[in-house]
Amino acid sequence: MDIHRHLDDELSSLRDRVLLLGGEAEQALERAMYALTERDSDVARQVLDHDDQVDQLEVEIDRQCIDIIALRQPAARDLRFVISVAKMAPVLERIADHACNIARAAIDLNNEPELKPVLDLSRMAEHALKMLRESLDAFTSNDAIAAREVIKSDTEINDLYNHTFHRLIELMVTEPATATRDARLLFVAKHLERIGDYVTDICELTVYMAEAAFIKHINL
Amino acid sequence: MPVEIAAPKIEVRPSAPPRVPSKSKVSVRDLNFFYGRTQALHDISLEIPERIVMAFIGPSGCGKSTFLRTLNRMNDVIPGTRVAGEVSIDGHDIYAPGTDVVELRRRVGMVFQKSNPFPKSIFDNVAYGLRINKITSSSSELADRVEQALKDAALWNEVKDRLKTSALSLSGGQQQRLCIARALAIRPEVLLMDEPASALDPIATSKIEELIFDLKEQYTIVIVTHNMQQAARVSDTTAFFLLGKLIEVNATEKMFTAPNEKLTEDYITGRFG
Repeated sequence: MDIHRHLDDELSSLRDRVLLLGGEAEQALERAMYALTERDSDVARQVLDHDDQVDQLEVEIDRQCIDIIALRQPAARDLRFVISVAKMAPVLERIADHACNIARAAIDLNNEPELKPVLDLSRMAEHALKMLRESLDAFTSNDAIAAREVIKSDTEINDLYNHTFHRLIELMVTEPATATRDARLLFVAKHLERIGDYVTDICELTVYMAEAAFIKHINL
Repeated sequence: MPVEIAAPKIEVRPSAPPRVPSKSKVSVRDLNFFYGRTQALHDISLEIPERIVMAFIGPSGCGKSTFLRTLNRMNDVIPGTRVAGEVSIDGHDIYAPGTDVVELRRRVGMVFQKSNPFPKSIFDNVAYGLRINKITSSSSELADRVEQALKDAALWNEVKDRLKTSALSLSGGQQQRLCIARALAIRPEVLLMDEPASALDPIATSKIEELIFDLKEQYTIVIVTHNMQQAARVSDTTAFFLLGKLIEVNATEKMFTAPNEKLTEDYITGRFG
C-alpha cells in the first residue's frame, strides 16, 4: 500500500510542478504584454530575467517524469498522465519563451515613439491567456470536453492574427516610416498566434490523458 | 496575403490499432470450477487465438492458475474438484467423456513456477516424454529431438558438451529452460506456463522472456504471471481475473495504457482494494 501512496505522492507533486510551470508561462505572457502596452521596459526585463527559473522548472519536470517511468513503471491512467506531463512541460516552457520574445520586442519598441493602438494585440493576448488558463483548468480536472472547447476557440486567435497581419501590412504601405515598428508588432502577433497553437497542443495532451484518444493532426 | 488557418482537431480515433484476429486455438464457454463446495471460477468464457502469447494477471487467489490448469485438466488430480462448462481445443471438448487425458497433456504442455527437473541427466530429462510416449523410433531420432528441443529452449549451446551430467547441476534459470525443453520435446500445440520466471534472477528471467517471444511463432502460449511488466513485455493479449471472474481481455498494449474496465485500471495502477 505504501508503494501506491508513494506513487500517488509523486504524481501529485508532478501535477503541482507542471501547474506551477503553467502559472509561470501565464505570468510571463501577462507581464510581457503589460510591458508592451504600458511601455514598461523594467517589467519586460523582469520577464527575461525570470526565464532561467522557468527553464529550470521544465528540466526538473523532465527528470521527475523519467524517474517515475523508470522507478514506478506507471500504467494506464498513471502512464498517460506522466507521458502527457512530459510532453506538456516543454510546450509550457516554449510559451514562456514566446513571452520573452514579446518582452524583447517591448524593450525595442519602448525605445521608439508609440504607435497608435490600432491593433488587436491586446485582444489576442487576452484570448491567448484565457485559452492558457482554461487549458490548465481542463488538465487539472482531467476534462476532455473542456479541452476540446479550448481547441475550438483557437480559431478566434487565428482570426485576430489574420486581421492584425493585414492591418500591419497596410500600415507598412501607408506609413513606411513606421515599418520597423510594424514589423516588430507583426512578430508579437505571430508569437501570440503560436501560443494559441501551443495551448491547443496542451489540450490535445489532456484529451489523451483523459480518454486515451489521439487527436493530433486529425482534421474535422 | 491570406493566412491559412488550420481547422480545429477534435476527432477521436481508437488508441490501439485494430488487430487481425487469428484462428481460435482454445475456446472456453461458461466455465465454472469448484474446489469442493467453494466455487473458484465463475462463468469464464474466453477465446485464445492460435500462436499468440496470452497473459493471465490478477491478485493472488483470483483463479488464474486454477483456470490455467483447467486447460489441460491438471485439476483432475486434485480430489473433490468439479468442473462445469466447456473447454475446447481445435473445436474438441477436452472434458468430453472418452477424452485421452495423457494425449491431451501431450498436446497441451505445462511449465511450472518452480523448475522440477528429474534427478536424471540433462539428456534423459528432455528424452523422458519422448520415451514414455514412444514417440521416436531410433536412438538417433531421439537424439535429434532432444537437440532440437534444447535449441528451441535456447539451452543447447550451454549444455551440448555435458548432456550426460545431472540436470540438478544446472542453475535455476537453466533448469527452468530445461523444463521448457522437456515440454517442447513432445511438440505440444499449447504451452501453459504458471509463473515460469518468478523464482529467477533478472538475467534468467530475460532469457525466459526472449524464449517465450521466439516460441510464439510455433506455439500458443498462455502464461500466468504476477509480474505485470512481464505480462506487458511478453504477451499479445492479457486477461485480468478477479475473485474467480474474468474481468477483461484485451490487447496487451490497450490493457496497459487504456483498459476498458475500472477494476482492471485500479489493479494495474496498484490502487486495487
